[in-house]
Amino acid sequence: MTKEITVTINGEEHTHEVESRTLLVHFIREIAELTGTHIGCDTSSCGACTILIDGKSAKSCTILAVQVNGKNVTTVEGLATTEGVHPIQEGFKENHGLHCGFCTSGMMMRCVELLENNPNPTEEEIRWGISGNLCRCTGYNNIVKAVQYAGAKLRGDELPSTEPVFVE
Amino acid sequence: MIQCKTSKEIGGMGHSVKRKEDDRFVHGKGTYVDDIQLKGMLFMDIARSPYAYAKIKNINKDLAMAVDGVLAVITGKDLEQYNLHWMPTLMSDTQMVLPTDTVMHQGQEVAAIIATSREAARDGREALVPGIEYEVMKPIVDPFKALDDDAPLLRPDKEGQKDNQAWHWEVGQKEETEKIFAEADVVVKEQMHIPRIHVASIETCGIVADYDKVQNHLTTHLTTQAPHAIRTVIALVAGHVGLTEEKIRVIAHDIGGGFGGKVPVFPGYVIAIAATFLIGKPVKWIEDRSDNLTNSFARDYHITAEMAGTKDGKILASRMKVLADHGYTDGAANPSKFPTGMFSIGTGSYDYKHAFMEADAIYTNKPPGGVAYRCSFRVTEAVHAIERITDRFALEIGKDPAELRSENFIKKEDFPWQSPTGWEYDSGDYQAGLDLAMKTVEYDKLRVEQKAKWKEGKLMGIGLSTFTEIVGAGPSKDFDILGIKMFDSAEIRVHPTGKAIARFGTKSQGQGHETTYAQIIAEELGIPSKDIQIEEGDTDPAPYGLGTYASRSTPTAGAAAAIAARKLRDKAKKIAAYLLEVSEDDLEWEPGKWFVKGAPEKAKTIQELVFAAYTNHPQGMEGGFEATHYYDPPNLTFPSGAYICVVDIDPDTFEIKVRRFVAIDDAGHIINPMVAQGQVHGGLTQGIAPAMYEEIIYDEDGNALNGTLMDYLVPTAVESPNWETGHTVTPSPHHPIGAKGIGESPTVGAPPAIANAIIDALRPYGITHLDIPITPYKVFKALKEKGVLDKDITGFEA
Repeated sequence: MTKEITVTINGEEHTHEVESRTLLVHFIREIAELTGTHIGCDTSSCGACTILIDGKSAKSCTILAVQVNGKNVTTVEGLATTEGVHPIQEGFKENHGLHCGFCTSGMMMRCVELLENNPNPTEEEIRWGISGNLCRCTGYNNIVKAVQYAGAKLRGDELPSTEPVFVE
Repeated sequence: MIQCKTSKEIGGMGHSVKRKEDDRFVHGKGTYVDDIQLKGMLFMDIARSPYAYAKIKNINKDLAMAVDGVLAVITGKDLEQYNLHWMPTLMSDTQMVLPTDTVMHQGQEVAAIIATSREAARDGREALVPGIEYEVMKPIVDPFKALDDDAPLLRPDKEGQKDNQAWHWEVGQKEETEKIFAEADVVVKEQMHIPRIHVASIETCGIVADYDKVQNHLTTHLTTQAPHAIRTVIALVAGHVGLTEEKIRVIAHDIGGGFGGKVPVFPGYVIAIAATFLIGKPVKWIEDRSDNLTNSFARDYHITAEMAGTKDGKILASRMKVLADHGYTDGAANPSKFPTGMFSIGTGSYDYKHAFMEADAIYTNKPPGGVAYRCSFRVTEAVHAIERITDRFALEIGKDPAELRSENFIKKEDFPWQSPTGWEYDSGDYQAGLDLAMKTVEYDKLRVEQKAKWKEGKLMGIGLSTFTEIVGAGPSKDFDILGIKMFDSAEIRVHPTGKAIARFGTKSQGQGHETTYAQIIAEELGIPSKDIQIEEGDTDPAPYGLGTYASRSTPTAGAAAAIAARKLRDKAKKIAAYLLEVSEDDLEWEPGKWFVKGAPEKAKTIQELVFAAYTNHPQGMEGGFEATHYYDPPNLTFPSGAYICVVDIDPDTFEIKVRRFVAIDDAGHIINPMVAQGQVHGGLTQGIAPAMYEEIIYDEDGNALNGTLMDYLVPTAVESPNWETGHTVTPSPHHPIGAKGIGESPTVGAPPAIANAIIDALRPYGITHLDIPITPYKVFKALKEKGVLDKDITGFEA
């Protein structure tokens, strides 16, 4: 069974005939050809496929493409604007919040919503806030720093140092 | 602590240069294997066995062929026609690509379905599964029962195989060690299991195999940490059907985490290659997460660890006996002469002269492997055993475990140090690391607090791990994989305008080589690291190397980069002498320029000298500015670490909370402190994972009980504590830049620190050992067995 749907991704309309079982993540990756959104599991556990639907973060491997007919989707490719990178992107790069980059897109999308709901989160709030997204490389310390940095930037506060801190 | 010889603009070693690779990743512009889309590409799915041990009676292909879009079903019988149904493992054992008659573990590949879309391939798999008939047999799951008289012979295909033992290995001084144990005042012994776990990199394995029939050329886009070695293996396996090595190109694009799990050749790769070869169209196979978790593994060592010593705390000898559960074949990825990898590092950081270790590898009806989990060569298993049994010894004689370690450390002036198992440790200052860790956590205060807590019936523990690592494999006299020596390579080309490209035989999976290799070259040549582009992973342009695993990239390819750069610096010197009209002996180097001694205004920058190499080089000198080096390390490198973990255990729920974890690593000279710290953070989280959360569990029928990420507990940001890290710097004396390697150290060192802390918290109640992963339930059960839960536990005097 197929159905024609129109999904706005990063401001651009994509109208396609899709099988009703097509997952949103496959629609994004293969039909819209935006491969920044990744697939890391088959149980909605890892969060590598996290995107925003009308501003709310969601795991696109658990949603059918037909369910977002008429909605607005933002993927990692939609974060940067002509003004430059999004503060969360800057935060991840400046604070070494990524290694292999595979979880990074989903992780950043989750963090965007986290900061919108809670502009100045505590470390514990950040850790719980990203607990639906797995990262196997970073040990999370620097992801926490990246979110704190992006939060400060979004609030217009002084930016925290990005130098690594060592015990001495 | 970390000093820089170059300016920030040059960005050589010691600078926390922001990573070059990050721009593409934060924009979602990385290229992972599943992002590859080729014209006419077909999709492959794999039907797998639900049983651990069974005969295949029949495969009804028609069920799958009836599905729209399914083009072919490939079975072992089909591959047998081309003699491609078996393949060698990296350990010279044999593994089925697809079975012709018997399946050996649950989840084993049984048939591949090739279709025009991912969905059609999956539909074909679903349709085919009920059409595969099995005769189920009783599997061997428990390795301790594999050598029983009534155990079935699992590998009758192997000539001369009489039982289920794959191999026996031993090292050390058996008789002397036995004598010491027989005469020692104190002997301690624990049986430990280092459980079966999986790296679970967030990207699974995958391939796009693309065979061009007209040109007889195969390109594979592959998730591999060792692209060159894989190219050679493909040529060895498929040479007889006409695919020779010059016709094979392996490209590893961006890899979404490797940790050693992407070193082996998996059956899915070979089937996809066979399929594209037969069909002549590109074939994509991306492994499912569940398939990924249940088709290979790391660890699974059952270790009996013993230590002999004196009553006042002098270690005299150690003994370890291993039963290694390898599943149905030895699918590990160790250097060929080392079936237990570097397990013999297990005498640790301590100065004693006698040890004996032995291992027996056993076949069972479980997935093959023994590959890495951020430590390729069994160092984690060895370190866990030695660090646990050292704590056990301290407990036995009533000595503080920090004090006991200090008293037994190999002293910094005793390096190079010959270990009883045959290694020559290059350098170390173990006491400096432990001192810094103890100062940071305020160790003495913690012990006072602990005594008070125990009195109140609260469970608090402090655990140490002061480990020695062994990485950088390795010297060609001993180290090879399938005969290929384990050197690695760098090739540097500097363009006329002074910007460079450098290519390597290694392959980053997140380690940041594009940044750190550029810093090594910048350090040696003075060209700003931002002007140096690094490429790896494509076997066509890159020089041959054995890849990235076991923390070998900096010790091998990093050294190659430094030496290749020095060759260029020497060439630049000759050009400088020519241009400045002085003798080479009159020239002095500072990063970025050669100048005349005593007349620093008479200088030529490296950029000017490179330009001259193309435009105005001395007559008789070879033009251009390129160098290559294949580095054969004279020895391994021996990083070390001192880790201290503090835990609190909830006396009602037994939830274990890591209050603090301080990790002091010594990896010699650090190339990029930010990147090195990131490696330590990540490695520590992969240390707490097996210590407290991860284990693949099998029931008696060989069913994997937790083969998805819903029940295999990869730590989230909540389980992972805030890591506190630091360094001591003891350079490797034999390494060109004094570096030792850092990536796997934290995963090696963290589990015993955590286990020792938890067991230390339970010490008042007579608990001397718990196997990892130590869960709240295990703590509850252990206390229950000791009968302490029914009693008032306040008032314990340490």
